[in-house]
Formats: sequence, C-alpha cells, structure tokens
Amino acid sequence: MRSPRFDATVLTLGFAFLYIPIIILIVYSFNASRLVTVWGGFSLNWYSAMWSNQGLMDAAWVTARVGVLSATLGTVLGTLAALALTRFARFPGRMAFSGMIYAPLVMPEVITGLSLLLLFVAMGVDRGFWTVTIAHTTFTMCYVAIVVQSRLLTFDRSLEEAALDLGCPPVKTFFKITLPLIFPAVIAGWMLAFTLSLDDLVIASFNTGPGATTLPIKIYSQVRLGVTPEINAICTILIGLVTLGVIAASLTTKRTEIRRVRDEHLAARGTTS
Amino acid sequence: MANVVAEANPATGTGGPSWTRWLVVAVPYIWLILFFVAPFLIILKISFSDTAISIPPYTPLFQGFGAIGDFFSQLDFENYIFLTEDPLYIWSYLSSLRIAAISTLLLLLIGYPMALAMARAPTSIRPTLVMLVILPFWTSFLIRVYAWIGILKPDGLLTLLLQTIGLMGPDQQVQIFRTDYAVFIGIVYSYLPFMVLPLYAALEKMDHSLLEAASDLGCPPWKAFWKITFPLSLPGVIAGSMICFIPITGEFVIPDLLGGADTLMIGKTLWTEFFGNRDWPLASAVAVILLIMLVIPIMIFQNQQKKVA
Repeated sequence: MRSPRFDATVLTLGFAFLYIPIIILIVYSFNASRLVTVWGGFSLNWYSAMWSNQGLMDAAWVTARVGVLSATLGTVLGTLAALALTRFARFPGRMAFSGMIYAPLVMPEVITGLSLLLLFVAMGVDRGFWTVTIAHTTFTMCYVAIVVQSRLLTFDRSLEEAALDLGCPPVKTFFKITLPLIFPAVIAGWMLAFTLSLDDLVIASFNTGPGATTLPIKIYSQVRLGVTPEINAICTILIGLVTLGVIAASLTTKRTEIRRVRDEHLAARGTTS
Repeated sequence: MANVVAEANPATGTGGPSWTRWLVVAVPYIWLILFFVAPFLIILKISFSDTAISIPPYTPLFQGFGAIGDFFSQLDFENYIFLTEDPLYIWSYLSSLRIAAISTLLLLLIGYPMALAMARAPTSIRPTLVMLVILPFWTSFLIRVYAWIGILKPDGLLTLLLQTIGLMGPDQQVQIFRTDYAVFIGIVYSYLPFMVLPLYAALEKMDHSLLEAASDLGCPPWKAFWKITFPLSLPGVIAGSMICFIPITGEFVIPDLLGGADTLMIGKTLWTEFFGNRDWPLASAVAVILLIMLVIPIMIFQNQQKKVA
C-alpha cells in the first residue's frame, strides 16, 4: 500500500485517464479525413473551415465579450464579498451571506439557469447579451470570493495595520497595501471566472436571446448532429488558449510571490531594527 | 444598517468612513439577493401557477398588492400532483440519485488512491501534480464530454483499438455509447478533479509522524490506513463527495450527450419540459423538488466549508 511503485502506477493511470481523451481530440483536429477512426494525414483544413464558418466566429465573439465583462464584474463583486467575509467579523445576516457564497458552487446549473430566467421574465427584461452576462457574473463571483478569501486569510496583516497606525486612510490602505498583496489571487479569480463563463452551456442556454448565441451553445447544437473535425479544431484552439493562460498565470504568480515574500521579509527587518 | 459599521472592530477591520464599509458588504449582498435568492422565490411561485398559452408561458405573476392576500388561497398544487402521478418523474428523480451515488462512489475509489499518491510524492513535484489535476478542469466541460463521443461510439476509437489488438472481431463493435455506462465514464472523467483536490488538501496536511508511530508499534500498514489516514482525511472525503454528488444529481450535458434514450436523469427531464414542451410551471415544480432533495447535502457541504475556512 505504501510502495512508491504503487503510487507511481496510480498516478500514471490517473493522469492517462485525464489526458488521453483531450490529446486524441487535439490530434484528430489535424486529421485530413472526416472519419474519427481513419488517419488521412496531417491537414489544417478544419481550421480554415472553422475560420470561414461565420456562425461559429460570431458565437466566439459573443462569448469573448460576455466572458471579459462578467469575469471583470464578478471579480470586483467577489473581491468585495471576500473582504466582507474576512474583514468584517459581524454584520447582520453574515451567516446567510456566506451561505449565498457557497451555495452557487454546488447548485445544479439547470436550477440556477431556470430560476434566473424566470426572474428576468418577471422583470420584463428581454433576454440576450446582458442577461447572460448578469447570470455569469452571479455564479462566477462566488468562485472569485472563495479564491480571494483564502488569500486574505493567510497574508500578513501587520503591513495593513502599520499603514492604518501611521494614519493612512483605509480606502488608500486597501489600494496601496491590501490590493497589491492579494493581486495574484484576484488575477487567478478573474481567470477562473473567465474560463467558467467560456465553458457554460446550461445557464447560458436558459438566459440567452436572439443574437446572443454563445460558443458552447453553438458547439452543443453541432455536437448533437455528430462529431465533426471542425469542432475538434475550435476545441483545440480553446484548450491551447486556456493552457497558455494557466501557465502564464502560474509563472507570474510565482514571480510576484517570491517578490512579495522578499518585500515582507525586508519590511519585517525594517520594523525590528 | 448603521450597525454594520458600529459592529466592526477597529483592531480587525480595515476601518474607514462608514459608507465605504457599508458598500463593501452591501454591494455583493444586494447582488446575490437580487440574482440568487429572488429567483428562487419566483420559481416557487411559478411552480404553483397554471400553464397558459401565452408568452411568457405561465399565468401572470403579480397582479398588484391585493394579489398577495389571495396568494395562499390560490395555491395550486396541480403541477406537484402531476409529478407524483406520472412515474416518469419519480423514476427520473430516483435514477438521478442512483447515478449520482454510484458515480460519487466510483470517484472516491479512483480519486482516493490518486490523492494519496500525490500527498506521498516528494514535496518538489507536488505543485506540478496539483497543476496537472487542475488543468483539465480549466478546459471546457463540453469539450471533455465531446472527446468521449469519438472514443465510445460504435465506430469509434475504442472499437478500433480492441479490434487492432484482437480482443474483438472485425464485425464486432463496442456497445457503450448511449448507455448508462457511458454516462458513468463521462461523469467520473469530468468530476475527477473536484474529488481529488479536496482529498489531497486533507491528506497533505496529515502529520506523518502518526503513521511512523503506528508502524513502530507494530501496526500493519493497511490497519494504520484505516485507523489513522482514512479517519483524518474524512473532512476531505465529505467535501469531495458533496462537491460531486450535488451537481451530478442535476447533471444535464453528460446524460444528454453520452446517455441513451432510457437514461433518465432529472436535469434532462427538466430541460425537455422547459425547451421541448415549453411547460414552464411544470419545469419549475421539477426544479423545486430537486432543490428540496438537495437541501441536506448542500447544508452538509456548507458546514464543512465553514469549518475549513
């Protein structure tokens, strides 16, 4: 049970299971043949087919705008929520508030999607770009709140306290001290929010309207008709973008983390000597 | 609302003019009440209304303040009674719970050894392993389910592989696609990172001197596992199981794309009711009952999260 060979086997099998389907998908996006079981040679045909598919490109553009807007809104709201949860020990309805932050993380999407749609209909709002954006903001802000909260709970509060003791106004303290310190978490939260928005089919399907077809809705309707290498091509591009983003984010986080530890160390030495 | 400010302790709060502190709490609070809590009240109200052939397809929600008084006298249980009368819905709920329970068990059986192996790996490679688990989670859910269609369909890659290595004759095909087995594969594949990460977080924190002490005292490894490792990882087991079980119960994409016509899941039923039959009140009633079924798991999950935070 404790042997390293057992562990290595488990990990190899586990990661093979996680990655082989994705790798196959990527490989077949370069397949000249339309059939998934026949390798017809290397080809970029499906990428050009995808590029000239106007419906797909329009959907990609809608998704990008919804993603950027809802991730940004969700990050602002989620960061505020994280501050409220970690910095204000007591306020009326704090329990209910933390419940509202955790519940959307596990809530089945069909429920969230349907209930929001009924709200929009009851309010007499036309469904479209903005309703999808609001829906995405609402569920992504909770993920951002969790990510930022964990950072706020672990960082050294003495810097914040020092600024306040020296008479720095709290809002200025937040922007000069707190925000730079939690910034990697805020960026990570934004990226998570963006990919979640990019990924969402169910909530978007309920809340979308004419002219606001997102990429997952488009992909879903084509997938129902069967596997097409064109979809493989767009999926490969999405996977590539996300992988690059995650690697870039983890590198910058690592670098800022090293700098932050060094700065905190210097600051600590400055205060003691 | 003024006591939001008064309550804050200057030693622990960020301090500041009352309105900024008020805003920090109020803005996300009001947003969530408006777009997360209010919709549930509306869905509850609509589940009690009649279907009308109009757009929006339900009888008007709000007819002035007098209507509030009439609300309770007008409660219409028609949709709920319909749900209990048609076995399709009862079977959908039961089948969703069954599929979610079996999937969660499978996820635990696969995820636990992975998380354990990760926690026992050298410290230097652990961040890379965590990254490798997270990366598929960042790639689209839909794409990952789609990838399995090409593998599992009768003329897909699995058939090709089995025919090539001779386990299957050239005229035979794998009959997994559009069955419950394909749904289980899709669910386990999609939710594995959600199971591994909480388990890893719990196992990584574990004090290894406990296991050394047990082995020094002559405790066999498998017994030490059940007496020490597993009980200590229980918070991770509960968190991971809830994070998987709750959304799987309402899953739509996986049973729709990989499951067969006889794969009953309530997320799919709700979707058909809404988009196919355009019966909004009935879809709302389906959602309300699903939510009631999930209240207890959701509360277990929230308690667990509060303990961790």
